[in-house]
Amino acid sequence: MTTNTPLRAEPEAPPVARRRIRLSREMTKTLVVTVVILVIVTVAAGIISGSTTVLTQAIVTGVLTGGIYSLIAMGLTLIYGVLHIINFANGAMVALSLYITYEVVSIFGVHPYLALVVTIPVMMGLGALVQAFLLNPVMRAPIHTQLLITIGLALAIENLLLLVFGPNPLSVQLPGNAGVPILGATVELSRIYAFAGSLVLVAALWLLLKRTSIGTAIRAVAANPEGARLVGINIKGIYILTFAIGAAAAGAAGTLIAPFSTIQPTAGAIFNLTAFVVVVLGGMGNVPGALVGGLVVGLTEQLGALIFPGQSPLLAVFVVFLIVLFVKPKGVFGRAS
Amino acid sequence: MSVSAPTRASKQSDAALATPYLALAPRRPFPYEYAVLAVILVAGAALPFVLPAAEMAIAVRVLVFALMGIGWNIMSGFGGMFSFGHAAYFGIGAYTAGFMLVEFGVSPWIGLVVGMIVAVIAAVGISYLAFRYKLEGAYYAMSTFAFAEMLRLFVSGNDALHRTVGFTVPVLPESSFGMFQFDAGSPLYFWIGLIMVGIALLTSIVFLRSRTGRFTLAARDNEMAASALGINVLRYKLTAVALSAAITASAGVLYLQFYMFIDPDLAFGAHVSNNAIITTVVGGAGTIWGPLVGAIIMAPLSDVVASFLRNPPEQLSFLAGHGGLDLLLYAVILIAFVILLPKGIYGTIWNRVKKK
Repeated sequence: MTTNTPLRAEPEAPPVARRRIRLSREMTKTLVVTVVILVIVTVAAGIISGSTTVLTQAIVTGVLTGGIYSLIAMGLTLIYGVLHIINFANGAMVALSLYITYEVVSIFGVHPYLALVVTIPVMMGLGALVQAFLLNPVMRAPIHTQLLITIGLALAIENLLLLVFGPNPLSVQLPGNAGVPILGATVELSRIYAFAGSLVLVAALWLLLKRTSIGTAIRAVAANPEGARLVGINIKGIYILTFAIGAAAAGAAGTLIAPFSTIQPTAGAIFNLTAFVVVVLGGMGNVPGALVGGLVVGLTEQLGALIFPGQSPLLAVFVVFLIVLFVKPKGVFGRAS
Repeated sequence: MSVSAPTRASKQSDAALATPYLALAPRRPFPYEYAVLAVILVAGAALPFVLPAAEMAIAVRVLVFALMGIGWNIMSGFGGMFSFGHAAYFGIGAYTAGFMLVEFGVSPWIGLVVGMIVAVIAAVGISYLAFRYKLEGAYYAMSTFAFAEMLRLFVSGNDALHRTVGFTVPVLPESSFGMFQFDAGSPLYFWIGLIMVGIALLTSIVFLRSRTGRFTLAARDNEMAASALGINVLRYKLTAVALSAAITASAGVLYLQFYMFIDPDLAFGAHVSNNAIITTVVGGAGTIWGPLVGAIIMAPLSDVVASFLRNPPEQLSFLAGHGGLDLLLYAVILIAFVILLPKGIYGTIWNRVKKK
């Protein structure tokens, strides 16, 4: 985790290499501080709850939900890194994917995870269409223009789902889903699969960005759109591709969390905020950072609920969020620009 | 226009700086806006005599939307600080008045004043932090959004504020002006709301015509140039934020007293912020009359859709009994306006007129 790689391409010149060493030291320091804070919070939570079982349960749940949060935040951070747009529709896209998964499972009766074959291409297509027809025309406009479009998109998706499926919650059953004991805590298998899925997704995105020529082009556009255009990269095409990949990540997240989610039109809006926090914590545009950010948010939520019983568990997360936003807006685990 | 004014003025204090800006757009002794406002208020005041009583609820909703839009517009349209979380100030207004009324029986008029003050304090506090730490673009947008959501979560988990149950205004045996409560369907709600909108519009006009407003516009258009000219950008930004929060909080109190109920979602939900944004963007952000135009168009829309769905035409009969169509239309209208008519209805028409 110490080799946190920002999304942007870095030139390999010697002075920059020296800066990189300093950066990684800074990052190690931040990581150490974060771990120390987490340990203190854990101890505090343990003392307040007064039970090791409750504490381990909270930690295990925290890590697993954290993985899910980073899964959902992955597309968001990728889109921000390249397009500098916060996709307010990210949560709505997850909700749409939940419904597609539900439909695929109920029509074809297949294993829920097989729905990935449908959700990923469908969401990719949707993302490409959105970028090509709604966002590309206004990429030069002030930033609020693009944000308003994603807000409109979120409203549109959520209410289309409400119109078609109604407000009643639906659910998807995972065959062979059972509780598994981990360190004295009982965890559903589906949550472990989703956690593994988020690791796979981070690895896949990372490989795509670092090891393929398309990834290099995406990183080039992220680092310097004008420069990328000068060397012959089709910027608008890369924008479309990036939004499509980001939407596909939201689609994959939707299918992976379907077995333990309440499927409602507003199911994604709950994740929207958490995803923002994850992305800011991890450094906006930093894909592996989103993984760390997700884990921190998951743990903060669970331990915060132990320390401040009765309050919404998200509140502790938001307090952390505002502090980070004001004190270290470029993210705790990496840089954005 | 005196060309040498900026160089000379830049060595002097704020006060001397007023000259170059006013030279570009002179401050008229009696701007025509006041006359327009008077006409709108007189025409509006006659509305309860013309409109059937059943439609008055929609008219009051137009006023709530207009207040929210006008408030949002001062900060985001004139000030250029795009807020995605104006529900925070709407909710603070509604909840302060509701808390004081339900728990202590304090008149909503006092609740209105206190609510506006609390909203101003919260807005100035959070905005000061945001500007102090130079949150920009996407980060600023997220901080506004997160602030409203945090308040929603806080209220939802707070026993003194009745958690998710919210506050219900106790019904009085008879209508009372002092307690801001009248018979259902009384035109007084509308008239009081109209006066509030009138005051908000007047604030907009005075603000825009004042030195403070000119400096705010200058800071919006080019912050670096404005501060290089010696304008205290932070001060003018915070002034715009404070006015904006106060007006939005008053919308919250009007909402509470008219609907007699408030809960965390109605007060702090993301849709409240969206309503303020959509109203203003459709009408014309950064213009005085835009929010009013937007409110007149957008607020009745959900009722129009609802009555349409009660008796849908043959081909659309499958939509009967389904919710969501109105908000879907809002979304489509928002996207269409942002892409095709970014200046909004009023802004676009006004630009056409000015060119001719």
